[in-house]
Amino acid sequence: MELTGAEIVTRCLQKEGVEYIFGYPGGAVLHIYDALFQQDAVKHILVRHEQAATHAADGYARATGKPGVVLVTSGPGATNAVTGIATAYMDSIPMVVITGQVPSTVIGSDAFQEVDAVGITRPCVKHNFLVKDVNKIAETMKKAFYVATTGRPGPVVVDIPKDITDPAIKVPYSYPDKITMRSYQPTVKGHSGQIKRAVELLLKAKKPMIYSGGGVVLGNASEELRSFVRNLGYPITTTLMGLGSYPASDEQFMGMLGMHGTYEANMAMHACDVLIAIGARFDDRVTGKIAEFCPDAQIIHIDIDPSSISKTITVDIPIVGDVATVLQEMNHILTTGNKQTKKKDIEAWWKIINGWRAKKCMTYDRNNTEVIKPQAAIEIVHEITKGDAYVTSDVGQHQMWAAQYYGFEKPNRWINSGGLGTMGFGLPAAMGVQLAYPDETVVCITGEGSIQMCIQELSTCLQYGLPIKIIALNNRYLGMVRQWQEFFYKERYSHSYMESLPDFVKLAEAYGHVGIRIEDPADLRSGLEKAFAMKDRLVFVDIVTDQMENVYPMIANGKAHNEMHLSPHCELPQSPERELS
Amino acid sequence: MRHIIAILIENEAGALSRVVGLFSARAYNIESLTVAPTEDPSLSRITIVAIGTDRIIEQITKQLNKLIDVVKLLDLSEGPHIEREMVLIKVKAATMDQREDIKRLADIFRGHIIDVTTSTYTIELTGSGRKVDSFIEALAEHKILETVRSGVSGIARGDKILHI
Ligand SMILES: Cc1cc2nc3c(=O)[nH]c(=O)nc-3n(C[C@H](O)[C@H](O)[C@H](O)COP(=O)(O)OP(=O)(O)OC[C@H]3O[C@@H](n4cnc5c(N)ncnc54)[C@H](O)[C@@H]3O)c2cc1C
Ligand SMILES: Cc1ncc(C[n+]2csc(CCOP(=O)(O)OP(=O)(O)O)c2C)c(N)n1
Ligand SMILES: [Mg+2]
Repeated sequence: MELTGAEIVTRCLQKEGVEYIFGYPGGAVLHIYDALFQQDAVKHILVRHEQAATHAADGYARATGKPGVVLVTSGPGATNAVTGIATAYMDSIPMVVITGQVPSTVIGSDAFQEVDAVGITRPCVKHNFLVKDVNKIAETMKKAFYVATTGRPGPVVVDIPKDITDPAIKVPYSYPDKITMRSYQPTVKGHSGQIKRAVELLLKAKKPMIYSGGGVVLGNASEELRSFVRNLGYPITTTLMGLGSYPASDEQFMGMLGMHGTYEANMAMHACDVLIAIGARFDDRVTGKIAEFCPDAQIIHIDIDPSSISKTITVDIPIVGDVATVLQEMNHILTTGNKQTKKKDIEAWWKIINGWRAKKCMTYDRNNTEVIKPQAAIEIVHEITKGDAYVTSDVGQHQMWAAQYYGFEKPNRWINSGGLGTMGFGLPAAMGVQLAYPDETVVCITGEGSIQMCIQELSTCLQYGLPIKIIALNNRYLGMVRQWQEFFYKERYSHSYMESLPDFVKLAEAYGHVGIRIEDPADLRSGLEKAFAMKDRLVFVDIVTDQMENVYPMIANGKAHNEMHLSPHCELPQSPERELS
Repeated sequence: MRHIIAILIENEAGALSRVVGLFSARAYNIESLTVAPTEDPSLSRITIVAIGTDRIIEQITKQLNKLIDVVKLLDLSEGPHIEREMVLIKVKAATMDQREDIKRLADIFRGHIIDVTTSTYTIELTGSGRKVDSFIEALAEHKILETVRSGVSGIARGDKILHI
């Protein structure tokens, strides 16, 4: 079969089972757009800004586990996509981004709309390719999908010069079924000896702690994790990225850890004697002060990426491998033979933990009738959606409250930018999720600051009939910035107050959607119920919340796990804490 | 510590910039870098001299291994190895005294004078990085006009090989 380069691109996408491609046309990709027009297997979603194309593909990938696919033009198209590529890179999200490039004959001549896309994206992709020969398109696309989705996933950019997709040039086409790369062979199976040693250490623990992360979601290992935790009967905490991989309502779940983690999770980290990290990368928001991280613990770490191991925290038993595979092996050892944990010690450990839990660190001013508490809004959204919605978020205080108060029971439901912390992520990510699951409830929890960074996508939502529920916790502040200024800059609120906000209700209406404003705590539930009852409409719910509310608990930058600022509303407030030293 | 890391990498456009980019993006210290194709034209061999604590060197090797284009890697400093660097130095050699002294130094270090003018000598010398350092130090009394170091390349001693 002879095809043009552009046709080969679309064939490859079909072969990879791509449902949606998120993109924006321009000169360098016109041949590809023409080929897309002439087929209907791959559906194109026209966004309003290339950043949104990448976030939408990213949201689709996080919700489905399948790679997100993007098509943008050269120059400004490629640079606009960079923020979304970097966002996906930091959170290890599989994505294939096709960027158009100026014709290969003029590369390097500062041609119209030329940027070195491969160079610009190099530090924020798992890998990238410049295709210089039409005969190489199929093989390169195969490699791109293979690299993006295997090992530690990540975004891959394929830069295609315009002449390579020239409709006048046809070449023989076949799509490789399989690809092997001598330079890329990710490890899947963990070292059995290390796994045995790890299990032995776990069984000997008196104060064990399980700390799991985004790797469990990425590795689709939620079931294995649940069995593992139940087999052991040990406490578990997850990172922001791991939320949902273990059910929030379970007795053994201690909540999130880290900067805005729960009191009990952080105290238990500080006191534990054996720590097992599962698909988590010891991020600085999690470890706090490195020198005082888990001071008494021996540490086991399962990760598919060797470079995640002993990067910031030196571990005692490293296991390089895929979480699901390694946990299966561990579960097998735990359930065969007479494997016993130190029951008495574990009971005593739970007693200590329950003492910490009694502090009820998530308590907030529930009875306030003057002003809407943002936490209450999240709790009500949880109730109305029965805890079963797909929730995307932007970045800021609202993100932390969503993480803390929604209570995720299933993986792939909590979709947020953790590593890069990209404001503007929430709405386009929600579009990707809603397209993947048209019948599910998709909520975007946002702030009045963040939503304005990709607000133009309201137009895309109308074009494709995406009934997303946007819940804006409108505190008239870049709240997370304001909180740091309150705590660490003596309340000098430098440029964190937003004046001249738009009327979001009218704005939503102008885009053809429904807008609701809620100002009175008494109307919170009814207003939200009304919004969620409109199943087939996008509803923008502008909730006017307490301007000065803070996210608690909080560990200040560079402080240890047992030095938390606690909410003035929890039991026996005392901050910062120094109980265990 | 100073480590010599040998890398086999796909001989593809842009592969080298991935390695160099990694060092700058992650703020690793690089002392020298050499690169050239191997007997297999699809592969290049890079030798990097990097300086860092054991933890940093471990991260450097892991991050290098993670680059998709890197096929194989060996930290030569972990075992017995041979290290060589070549230097070309042009020095002022105008007077008889200068010419004699420089010639003597070159002989002591087993260098060769490979080009001569009435006022200059150009010397070629091969040895470990440290030997090259010492030679340059020894020439301190003379006026060095130009120094061209090739950067270190290295190979493991004995049977050990870096090959695919
Ligand atoms: C405003 C703000 C506040 C934040 N506060 C907190 C906080 O309080 N607490 C918190 O936890 N985070 C917080 N974060 C997020 C934080 O920045 C990091 O993104 C997050 O902690 C990283 O999560 P993770 O360790 O689970 O790693 P991820 O980034 O999810 O990385 C996953 C790890 O798993 C590995 N992996 C991937 N696939 C597999 C597989 N199949 N098998 C094995 N391993 C695999 C990867 O190699 C990687 O090491 C905050 C972010 C923002 C923006
Ligand atoms: C693109 C981008 N710019 C700046 C920041 C820094 N930042 C983090 S949170 C935040 C405030 C977000 O304000 P808003 O969306 O209103 O959320 P709130 O914290 O008020 O809930 C800012 C500016 C960021 N994370 N991303
Ligand atoms: Mg705000």
